[in-house]
Amino acid sequence: MEWVKKILQVSGAPFQKKGPLEKLYPLYEAIDTFVLTPGKVTRKAPHVRDSVDLKRMMVFVIIALIPATLMGIYNTGYQMLLAQRLAPDLWTCVSLGAGKVLPIIAVSYAVGGFWEVLFAVVRKHEINEGLLVTGLLFPLVLPPTIPLWMVAVGISFGVVMGKEVFGGTGFNVFNPALLARACVFFAYPSQMSGAKVWVAVDGYTHATPLGVVSQAAHGVDPVQALATAGYTFQNLFWGLRPGSIGETSTFACLLGLAFLLITRVANWKIVVSCVAGVFTMATIFALFNGPDQPAYFALPVYWHYVLGGFAFGAVFMATDPVSAPATRLGAWIYGFMIGVITVIVRVANPAYPEGVMLSILFMNVFASSIDYGVMMSHISSRNKRNKALSSSRTK
Amino acid sequence: MSDPAAQKTPAVKEVLFGRANQKIFKDGLWDNNPITYQVMGICSALAVTTSVKTALVMSLGLIFVQGFSEAIIAALRNHIPARIRIIVMMSVVSAFVITLDLVLKAYFYSIWKQLTVFIGLIITNTLVVARLEGFAMHNPPWKSFLDGIGNAMGYGLALTAVSSLREVLGSGTLLGFHVLPRYFYDHGYSNNGLMLLSPGAFFVLGLLIWGHRTIAKYVEGK
Repeated sequence: MEWVKKILQVSGAPFQKKGPLEKLYPLYEAIDTFVLTPGKVTRKAPHVRDSVDLKRMMVFVIIALIPATLMGIYNTGYQMLLAQRLAPDLWTCVSLGAGKVLPIIAVSYAVGGFWEVLFAVVRKHEINEGLLVTGLLFPLVLPPTIPLWMVAVGISFGVVMGKEVFGGTGFNVFNPALLARACVFFAYPSQMSGAKVWVAVDGYTHATPLGVVSQAAHGVDPVQALATAGYTFQNLFWGLRPGSIGETSTFACLLGLAFLLITRVANWKIVVSCVAGVFTMATIFALFNGPDQPAYFALPVYWHYVLGGFAFGAVFMATDPVSAPATRLGAWIYGFMIGVITVIVRVANPAYPEGVMLSILFMNVFASSIDYGVMMSHISSRNKRNKALSSSRTK
Repeated sequence: MSDPAAQKTPAVKEVLFGRANQKIFKDGLWDNNPITYQVMGICSALAVTTSVKTALVMSLGLIFVQGFSEAIIAALRNHIPARIRIIVMMSVVSAFVITLDLVLKAYFYSIWKQLTVFIGLIITNTLVVARLEGFAMHNPPWKSFLDGIGNAMGYGLALTAVSSLREVLGSGTLLGFHVLPRYFYDHGYSNNGLMLLSPGAFFVLGLLIWGHRTIAKYVEGK
């Protein structure tokens, strides 16, 4: 490792103070700390004793995203071949899918990276690995047919308006990747929703499972409707269905979740409470089911978990440590409400077949208020306890 | 709020377009711009900026209403009882708004039909009352008139900037004419629907405020 150190030291010289490339120091710093752990030590408390700093944490999230990305690439190709009635063999699927998905990821990283570096240089802060996560999360929640320039618009919006205007990584109110998706979703609805955009074959129309359920006629059994459209539970669980690139496979999301939980990057309380929230709200809707209600009411609860982007959202978006509450009770409330609102939007609002994105963004707004409320209640309960203690002592 | 130069008792006789008066007028355009600096009148800035045409008519209307109502309130300022001053201001402003509405209805009927709702909204524009209360109540009529049209024009500038961006990006037109070439659309470009929604106006307005304050080196609370 000594030679790596040497290379970095030599090549770093022009970036130091008063060097010719002083302005680009953040770029050098990013590469330096990415390759090796810096020798700098914090002067004041708290002294971090763990090797897991922000950079390693972000890298863990990227590792956790690998199954979903690979599955997304495979599935994109698989759906294309299926649409053209060709035999889906593994390598054709992967190469076709990679041809669609990799450019989207590349554009997302390039444009997002441009903004990140620009702000780092102007504001003289460090370049953050948060971008690597945002730049991968965003393509995974887009349909594979998205025009590349829209990817550029979306990621610019996400990085600048979602993160940098608040002061950079760690200060953002919203999840930047999700905000980028919301921007594209509302700006270019015809490229982001409907039945035409989910399979990368021109002119091919195929409703997603969410579309099938939300458009099923009143009184129709939604599971029957799904089966008629060719969707089985296994199908949806493994992820062989049209949808956003990375969200289709619940299985891949579960693999990612396992890794995030083992490394303790994600907060398990949020994921569990998301699941509980969906269960509660879907059960309540099922209780009010009648012949006049939309078919969505009759959908069994467990189907909600494999439909749309729920698994992906709950595992990778809701657990974003910056935009989620930090208190324990707060995490429970936050996740539960995400689950509840997701189901409400799906079932009760015919305009939006999917509600995960909106519900997570909505709860992002309340994350800090939830934390505040939880802390205030802790403070007041402790004050009460102290008062009781001191009064019992004086007796 | 009131300008310190204007409060000084003038040693020499003031010229009608003297330096102090020029400053009052110019302040509203840039240094003390109602939208980007005072953050006043934001509601209407969101409501009327989906197209340049509505924004322009709104701004012209405001220039008329703001200028004359400030002059009149300034003329009456020593006779208005403090307790009912808001009511007096409102009646003066409403009088001008109704006049404007009727003039448009008589001479520009098609425009009036489109904009009558927005014209009525001028009464609720926070900018109007803010300038009446902050400037016209302490300054003579001519200065107040200049302040009124200066601020209203600054408001108009900001509105024009926001609405141009929103109309070009949101509908691909400017003042109703197609400005983006057919070529773009043939090659996969499409209009940004977010720009036509009110959140789009918030984003554009936020960026405008950011830009103005960066250039003017203004930081709030310092």
